[in-house]
Amino acid sequence: MNLLEINHMQKSFGNLEVLKDISLTVKEGEVVSIIGPSGSGKSTLLRCATMLEQMDGGDLIYLGKHAAKDVEQKSVYAKKEELKQIQKYFGLVFQNFNLFPHFSVIKNVTDALITVEKMPKKQAVERGKKLLGQLGLLEKANAYPYQLSGGQQQRVSIARALALQPKILFFDEPTSALDPELTGEVLKVIKQLAKEKMTMIIVTHEMQFAKELSDRIIFMEDGVIQAQGTPEEIFASKNERVQNFIGKF
Amino acid sequence: MSFATMLLQLGKGMLVTAEIFVLTLLFSLPLGLVLAFGRMAKNGFLRGVTKIYISIMRGTPLMLQLFVVYFAPYYVFKIPISSSYRIVAVIIGFVLNYAAYFAEIYRAGIESIPVGQYEAAKMLGYSKASTFFRIILPQVIKRILPPVTNEVITLVKDTSLAFVLSVTEMFTIAKQIAAAEKSMMAFVAAGVFYYIFNLLVALIMEKIEKKLSYYK
Repeated sequence: MNLLEINHMQKSFGNLEVLKDISLTVKEGEVVSIIGPSGSGKSTLLRCATMLEQMDGGDLIYLGKHAAKDVEQKSVYAKKEELKQIQKYFGLVFQNFNLFPHFSVIKNVTDALITVEKMPKKQAVERGKKLLGQLGLLEKANAYPYQLSGGQQQRVSIARALALQPKILFFDEPTSALDPELTGEVLKVIKQLAKEKMTMIIVTHEMQFAKELSDRIIFMEDGVIQAQGTPEEIFASKNERVQNFIGKF
Repeated sequence: MSFATMLLQLGKGMLVTAEIFVLTLLFSLPLGLVLAFGRMAKNGFLRGVTKIYISIMRGTPLMLQLFVVYFAPYYVFKIPISSSYRIVAVIIGFVLNYAAYFAEIYRAGIESIPVGQYEAAKMLGYSKASTFFRIILPQVIKRILPPVTNEVITLVKDTSLAFVLSVTEMFTIAKQIAAAEKSMMAFVAAGVFYYIFNLLVALIMEKIEKKLSYYK
């Protein structure tokens, strides 16, 4: 079954049509990278898929359940309760982490489990510590976000998303706010997740990384998917625009 | 009148001053939050009404507002005013006025929290209420402590306005003693009382600020 299915997604801001007609499916265990120039609509696609923005037209389907259904070219969203269920299927790692500054690292990772999922605290902390251990952050459990490097903060935010055990994890340019030295430690974590067959959709500017890791690369420009395929196909693409873009890296 | 008697009387007035102070904070701090929500509401009517309310409260003298609250029941509704209503009117007047100032401080604080905090909370499944009370408000409180401290210190001094409704708080008593004794002493003593009160307020607020400095 497709974990995610997007049909004819359309989104405008005022007169500006940012997403024109995006269709895309993601299967379990797949790692999909989305690349493309700034302003191509990558981030908007991610924000619509994660329901941070409402799309104007098209379907948004998670595990066969409609979050939004196209009715006469207008997206009609499901009821609040249903959306809440669907929301649990995915997590999002932000470009600038968005950790909660007043919570310690372990609380950042466990608070949603305790407050939202009503998991007993002891169990939540156990799960949180296990995750932090896997991401090499166990000794930082009681630190506060401001005491961590950017790379460590991003790993905490990955742990925070993983704690809720989503089926799909979205990444919105996860290394763009990091200096090159710190980028590696975050990419390593994402690679590890790929090995563990975590389904991921990653908006990224790291071409080499996308090439190594992805099952599929999607190239976006001007609000449409210009090309998609395996990394080999994309990097050998005859499409002029794709070549142009990749050539710059 | 001996110095000790004077201090004792001023001390009694101080209790009334403290009562006005505590009750005003107790009601105006939460009411300010409600007003701040109104001021930021999606509903344009609600937003307009709160905006006008805040504008009037900040744009007219507190003394005048106290008179309005005190005399309105009689002039508007012909309800006889009992003398016990005086202190009540003072507190209502102060609460309505200070809530307006607190509302603007809350609003500034709430609007200064990055939208990413809301988005992260949404992604993790927090409800709107728990997003606000667990994620946003604690950060807002840390940010607005300095301007709130300013208001609280002003409030200590503003309590002296209660004398216009003949509530016998400290300043009223100081004035009576000064007139009867033909001496400045009572005013000086009252000044010292106010100063110490505010020193305590500043100390307490500093403690709270320190307590919240565990994160940036």
